[in-house]
Amino acid sequence: MNGNGEGPREPYCEYCRWFAGEDPARLRKKTQEAETFFRRTGITFNVYGQEEAAERLIPFDIVPHIISDREWARLARGIEQRVRAINAFLHDIYHRQEILLAGRIPVDLISNNEAWLPQMVGVSPPGGIYTHIVGVDIVRTGENEFFVLEDNARTPSGVSYMLENRETMLHMFPGLFSRIKVREVSDYPKKLRRSLAACAPAGAADPPVVAVLTPGIHNSAYFEHSFLADQMGVELVEGHDLSVVEGRIAMRTTQGFTPIDVLYRRIDDDYLDPLCFNPDSMLGVPGIMDAYRAGNITIANAPGAGISDDKAIYSYMPEIVEFYTGEKAILSNVPTWRCSDADALAYVLEHLGELVVKEVHGSGGYGMLVGPAASKKEIAAFAAKLKARPANYIAQPTLALSTVPILTRSGLAPRHVDLRPFVLASPSRIDITPGGLTRVALKAGSLVVNSSQGGGTKDTWVLEE
Amino acid sequence: MLGKTARGLFWMFRYLERSENTARLVDAGFRIALTRSAAASDEWSSIVTTAGVREAYLEKHSQFAAAPVIDFLLRDRSNSSSVMSVVDAARANARMVRTALTREVWEATNECWITLKDLLARQVAETDLPDVLAVIRRQSALVRGALHGTMLRNDIYDFARIGTFVERADNTARILDVKYYVLLPSVSHVGSSLDNVQWETILRSVSAQRAYRWISGGTASPMGIAELLILDRRMPRSLAFCTAQLRENLAFLADDYGAALPCHDLAEGIYRDLIDRSIESIFDSRLHDFLGEFIRRNNELGARIEHDYRFYG
Repeated sequence: MNGNGEGPREPYCEYCRWFAGEDPARLRKKTQEAETFFRRTGITFNVYGQEEAAERLIPFDIVPHIISDREWARLARGIEQRVRAINAFLHDIYHRQEILLAGRIPVDLISNNEAWLPQMVGVSPPGGIYTHIVGVDIVRTGENEFFVLEDNARTPSGVSYMLENRETMLHMFPGLFSRIKVREVSDYPKKLRRSLAACAPAGAADPPVVAVLTPGIHNSAYFEHSFLADQMGVELVEGHDLSVVEGRIAMRTTQGFTPIDVLYRRIDDDYLDPLCFNPDSMLGVPGIMDAYRAGNITIANAPGAGISDDKAIYSYMPEIVEFYTGEKAILSNVPTWRCSDADALAYVLEHLGELVVKEVHGSGGYGMLVGPAASKKEIAAFAAKLKARPANYIAQPTLALSTVPILTRSGLAPRHVDLRPFVLASPSRIDITPGGLTRVALKAGSLVVNSSQGGGTKDTWVLEE
Repeated sequence: MLGKTARGLFWMFRYLERSENTARLVDAGFRIALTRSAAASDEWSSIVTTAGVREAYLEKHSQFAAAPVIDFLLRDRSNSSSVMSVVDAARANARMVRTALTREVWEATNECWITLKDLLARQVAETDLPDVLAVIRRQSALVRGALHGTMLRNDIYDFARIGTFVERADNTARILDVKYYVLLPSVSHVGSSLDNVQWETILRSVSAQRAYRWISGGTASPMGIAELLILDRRMPRSLAFCTAQLRENLAFLADDYGAALPCHDLAEGIYRDLIDRSIESIFDSRLHDFLGEFIRRNNELGARIEHDYRFYG
């Protein structure tokens, strides 16, 4: 369990002592218990394209992912630096574009990018914050060696699993938590509300009226939307609950219209405002962009924030961090070949069997090639796609990821994981909840952790000093 | 509260109430079919009418018999009022208003759905029917219990209750309306076995057999049954009880929001007309007309509440 298969690493020691004293049969029963708990609570996600809008459970593994306080401190510093840089980058890219003028990133990377919103040029969001909520996907290769896989700066999801996974563990193993001191995550909704309220526009109510905007009950993350609204004690609204009333966005209540100050939206930019973006969108609010540009509402995250988590931009993150903070990036990027570059493309085509190739705009683990796990036929087919649209892809080496234990039928076994800590940004502070969502590839040797492709989740523990 | 949330609560509880009422109707029909097979077809026919799905049923089936009727009322998703359809719809509404519900109410609703989906996955065998119907009623009762036990008595609770009683009043009135002829003095032969069975069915379909025995002291009379189901405020499925509850919950809303709306006048009118009536005067003015008028006004009240509290826009 040291990540290299040679006995447990230090933060796991106490857990292992506890584990050794437990009856394996009882623990396996606990796994089933967790499943019943999740199903009854309705912690499910919808799978698109399946009959009956099937609601599925994400498999849960009862062995926590444990991180020492020292490793966490370093990780948190690195994440904070990165999130500051992302917000500075977004402000710059929609205003003076100094980074382009300085020639640090190519102009066409921005101008040809779907995530770039010309409608946002010159718009300054209240408080100057673009990405209020960020989920940074991280993998570990060894002691204090972390790599950022992806920055999720649009509408990162999964935080409800972070919270419910902990609740489930507390419920099932209360004794474990008195033995091992783990840092709290349960105040996340309170912090989220505080952080969002701190970004309210001038002229907002006191306290500001916050609401969560969801596409509705058929969305794959609907459970999370309602969970967060519930935990924050704010309204969960859909587009058709909202109207523009005297220049402000207001929700239709049983007693008339109530203006909203901060809208935590969980729908994509493209659907936000049919007058401004996709005219066929039924999910958004006609006129919300006008209200936004007039400074009458905060939209979290800001429209256009996606330009910062684009996979092609990702490869420039070390430069971006350095440009805006004046410091070297604390967290490493995974080395990335941009296939738009002819030399890089040639290298990638030659080494497809060793690389992971991703679509620049893809998400959810679809449309990617995991070279070491792919057949000759799959590689050949992918090479053809790659040659047809090279700019659509980036490639990365498969890292020698450290592993964490999961409970299988035959006891503990090592698996690959990634970790998504959740970061809240407001004008006065950046707040990172200790822990995050650990996703685990349940198949031995697999690197794909996406829930849509057979991944599971675990509770994440950051130990107290 | 969002208008959408009020709408979700209203319909969630209408649908749950309907699932329970449909289970009772099927139970009553099944009882008749067991005891008097000659009358069974008529009985299933009138049950389909009471459930308000006669047209939809006849599009799929040509005869009224136990198996197709039971299947249509319990499982058929093409029937938007089947137990499975309304439990689906209740849960979809509950998901929509999840932030307004306590964890207990949500979990009871979700378990109701999980249980019934499993139970009604296959055609229900006649031998299992009584058990299945009992489970349907119990699941609905569990949600109601969670509602009473855990929810704050605020506007959320009021809309949930209003949905319940609009549906229940409609249901009881329909049961009486479809069977009104067996209650008329002119055609009843007191004590004849046919009428006894019919009366029993009416009582059974609102779970009032025992209540009626207590009140009547054992002698069944059509007017007594009608009085119990229309005017008796102690009987939780009577029209008087439902309208009194509607009036009360609407009054809480008016208090809470500091505004009386047109729906309050409507509810008051329906309540007054019932509360001052005697059963004799209802029979004098023709039971059928009375019930038809009640159903119309109750529907009008539902629509008015939707409008006054901005359910849709």
